[in-house]
Amino acid sequence: MIRRLFIANRGEIAWRIIRTARRLGMTTILGVSEADRASLPAALADETAIIGPAPSAASYLSIDRVIAAAVAARADAIHPGYGFLSENADFARAAVEAGIIFVGPDVSSLEAMGDKLKARQIAIEIGLPVVPGGEAEDKVAARDRAAITGYPLLLKAVAGGGGRGMKRVDSADQLDRQIDLAMAEARAAFGDPRIYVERYIGRGRHVEVQVLGDGNHAIHLGTRDCSIQRRYQKLVEEAPAFGIPEQPLRALTDAAVRLARHLRYRGAGTVEFLVDAETFDFYFLEMNARIQVEHPVTEAITGIDLIEQQLLIADGQALGLTQARVDFEGHAIEVRINAEDWQRDFRPSPGRVKRASWPAGPGMRVDSHIERGGEVPPFYDSLIGKLIVAGKTRAEAVTRLGHALDSLEIDGIQTTAGLHRRILADPRFIRGEVDTRFFEGLAHG
Amino acid sequence: MSGELPFTNEDVAEIVRILDATPYDRLDVRIGRFTLKVARSGTGWSQELELSDTASAAPALVPEGTSIVPEAAADDRTSPIRPPLPGTFYRAPQPGAPPFVEVGDRVGPDTVIAIIETMKLMTSVSAGCSGIIEAIIVPNATLVDSETVLMRVRPDVA
Repeated sequence: MIRRLFIANRGEIAWRIIRTARRLGMTTILGVSEADRASLPAALADETAIIGPAPSAASYLSIDRVIAAAVAARADAIHPGYGFLSENADFARAAVEAGIIFVGPDVSSLEAMGDKLKARQIAIEIGLPVVPGGEAEDKVAARDRAAITGYPLLLKAVAGGGGRGMKRVDSADQLDRQIDLAMAEARAAFGDPRIYVERYIGRGRHVEVQVLGDGNHAIHLGTRDCSIQRRYQKLVEEAPAFGIPEQPLRALTDAAVRLARHLRYRGAGTVEFLVDAETFDFYFLEMNARIQVEHPVTEAITGIDLIEQQLLIADGQALGLTQARVDFEGHAIEVRINAEDWQRDFRPSPGRVKRASWPAGPGMRVDSHIERGGEVPPFYDSLIGKLIVAGKTRAEAVTRLGHALDSLEIDGIQTTAGLHRRILADPRFIRGEVDTRFFEGLAHG
Repeated sequence: MSGELPFTNEDVAEIVRILDATPYDRLDVRIGRFTLKVARSGTGWSQELELSDTASAAPALVPEGTSIVPEAAADDRTSPIRPPLPGTFYRAPQPGAPPFVEVGDRVGPDTVIAIIETMKLMTSVSAGCSGIIEAIIVPNATLVDSETVLMRVRPDVA
């Protein structure tokens, strides 16, 4: 029975986890860096523990410090959120060795899916289609790989997801410089500089399947389309993935469940696919063995609290849901509001938020850790909140998103709110004609 | 700490539903340290959360062991290299790797001399002109702002 839950994360996901944990009657302890002591999640948590100085490497990414803080706080369980140590097998192992439940899959699943190469091998073994590519330990190996896959190609971090360390390379003369940046980002984000070289597929959609498993059973909670991205950072996420015929959609969800069953997966996970926007052929990309940023759109169309499911499964309970009991209703859209100046090449915009006025009302949900007067530190990622709208149909959700963005006012820092107004005004978005190059075709201001 | 759990999304939607049927334009609700302000906004509604007594607990954003370095004295014969945005200055692509440049190295306008990490994003810093690196002013792994002079270059004489 989890009574004391340590949250090893920050920002909106810390806020999100605290809410469900408190509703379930758990005492929440938030591990914070020096820079996050006065944050909204710190005020909301029952207890806080300082885990280190502001830079992530010495706080949120330090396995020793986080585990020591959780032990000192007498925590029964650790929820790692997303990013940071959430998919780190060493961290999960350290938690288990300290006698603390890791709210996430077994170490074996983290090891299998956390390493993109192993994940790919397993996918091939169980018959999932994959994109051509392979690992590169250094520049020489990357050049050799590139010669095989051809250009354009993608460089990805072997150790993690979320688009960090991911670079598109269009020609051989850009390769060395992009490898340096990709390796540096991979190291900064995941503590592992290894990269992966993969062929780039032009007209694709990013479609993912939410899965839940308890080690014996696995089900899916439907699909999400996250095609609208900039430099592999998702901007807009929708559930369900719309406009895909029944047959390929079923093949996609079946493939995801097959992978989860093969892994005897425990917890919430997301299986990501690249789907050809015209033929609906699909390729396995990776599995994220954690909660995802965009989980609220799935919650909106299923009525299922995914954090609650994670906590129940981590607590050793059998999955209380069956596939037949998962109902899908309506359409939901999430937009990420980032502290970035989108009109100046998305330059990061940390600072103090003078006003944080979000939309409110039926069919609208706001997950944000930034209050009026709150601080966005320069040390962490730029997400300051997520706006989620739901409607009976996609058209209704799109209309509601328009009203919601009209009421959104963040002052003191630059945000991507204006970008989302621009996306919403694009006829391709309204018609649902999205692919991973949507952003490139957007009329920029 | 708080002990209070204020305002779920359902609470906010419910407040809006109630207010919408009234002539009122705004409602402030306070629970513990949290104040929620719900107000009409155009044709819809807005919400804003405020946390009291945050000022006393305001964090120091500059961590121990790092500092924002003030601009070094200008030198007529050299050109300053400043970062394109604030963040943490790194001299090498990764820990343990050789630095991008050392004093005395020849650089061109596009030579990468450093990377800046801001909000987990790495941005490369170019020399901006052709010449010789005369001085490296800021230590590795220092938090800098966009006015900080990182290095000085002695430009080639035209």
